[in-house]
Amino acid sequence: MPTNGTLGQTLDAPSIEVRNARFAYGARPLFDGLDLVLEAGRWTCILGPSGVGKSSLLRMIAGLISGGNGAAVRCGDGSATAGRVAYMAQRDFLLPWLNVIGNATLGARLRGEAADLDRANALLEAAGVGEAGNAMPDELSGGMRQRVALVRTLMEDRPIVLMDEPFSALDAITRLKLQDLAVGLLANRTVLLVTHDPLEALRLGDRIFVMNGSPAGLGPPLEPAGRPPREAGAPEVLSGQARLLRELAEGGR
Amino acid sequence: MSVSYLRPIVICAGLVAVWQAIVSLSGVPAFILPAPASVLLAIVEDARLLAGHAGVTFIEIALGLLLGVVLGAASGIAMSFFVPVRRWLFPVLVVSQAIPVFALAPILVLWLGFGIGSKVAMATLIIFFPVTAALYDGLRRTEPGLLDMARTMDASRFAILRHVRLPMAMPAFASGIRIAAAVAPIGAVVGEWVGASSGLGALMIHANARSETDTMFAALFVLAVMAVTLYFAIDLVLRRLITWQPETYSSDD
Repeated sequence: MPTNGTLGQTLDAPSIEVRNARFAYGARPLFDGLDLVLEAGRWTCILGPSGVGKSSLLRMIAGLISGGNGAAVRCGDGSATAGRVAYMAQRDFLLPWLNVIGNATLGARLRGEAADLDRANALLEAAGVGEAGNAMPDELSGGMRQRVALVRTLMEDRPIVLMDEPFSALDAITRLKLQDLAVGLLANRTVLLVTHDPLEALRLGDRIFVMNGSPAGLGPPLEPAGRPPREAGAPEVLSGQARLLRELAEGGR
Repeated sequence: MSVSYLRPIVICAGLVAVWQAIVSLSGVPAFILPAPASVLLAIVEDARLLAGHAGVTFIEIALGLLLGVVLGAASGIAMSFFVPVRRWLFPVLVVSQAIPVFALAPILVLWLGFGIGSKVAMATLIIFFPVTAALYDGLRRTEPGLLDMARTMDASRFAILRHVRLPMAMPAFASGIRIAAAVAPIGAVVGEWVGASSGLGALMIHANARSETDTMFAALFVLAVMAVTLYFAIDLVLRRLITWQPETYSSDD
């Protein structure tokens, strides 16, 4: 079993299969009959324009909405995804009345469990916000807030991590730093990252799908060479960017 | 800074000057509009009498506020948490607002007597709806993304209510309490007008019958000072307790 240093517990990240998923607003389906496999312990990125249904697909995998009749979302070992998923959104959703430690340990509070403060402090340290434990969220910069949100996600210690454009509200340099940090801290987990930024997908993704059309479908995956996080100027990133932009533009016609 | 402290004093002085000017220039008799000085004299001479009646009115307002806020909060929470309560209670509450509450005052006095009970009931009744509506609205407006996150953390509905929705709704609840603090004195005084042996409203009715207009004005002044002090005291406490703002916070400027 792979372990994630001293910060994570022993993980056994499953693959995830989505079969025949459908989601509609009223009569118009955003997607219908959609299939997707997230490989175990790797980063899968879904790239697509706003409103194409990326977030709905992610919420479906998180078990927050139903996949429709005849749809199936399950782990590779046949079990349900419920209770094995951590979720991180574009907004940090830090609670303004709790300090950084309180926010990082929110999951335990919501479940009525005792918080693992040692682990929270170690993770805050690893995320570069170790000094800020007693600070209130409104004292933090956007980048620091998102670091705390990342720690809160990691505190859940789930084998599957679903991220919905978690870095898109940050400035370019902060975004690069947080991408590197996330790759390090989420090693060996099955990660789904939804984004509209081709560069982000190419830096972080083991497999990248473009989601396009109406109803939307997924193209064949792009599997860039090298290990994430890739350099922004690496050849496979630059050539991939041209291809992804072309695919996005084709679907937009 | 100093201007903002000075402003209310200047406004009050201006109003008193206008008042004195009207009395001096129009020659209106004292039983219609007494001069500021004679009202001040009445306040000093009748200090004991006024204080006694003010105490009764204050108790009515305070009890009405307490009951109205507690009952309003309970029904707001119940409507938000229990769907059947919402479906049955909400239409009743909305329709009940079509009844002018003041028209109920004679009935309340008939049922609850000339003591403070009917006045407390009156204040409670007019406070109840704004408090219920404010808290219910605040609870309903919790960020959907925040609720998604809490659900992936396996939080129960009750835990989400207690740790997320209720604290998030506190600024809205505080607005409801501020409105309650502003209207509670109206309820108490209207109750006293309809039938009471003590309280500032009763004192005004008696003074009116005996054409002691300066006493009426003195009672009105004491009532105004009491209501304004109560409002600002409650506003101060709420500001201290609730330091966070809802996400959509806008300023007038």
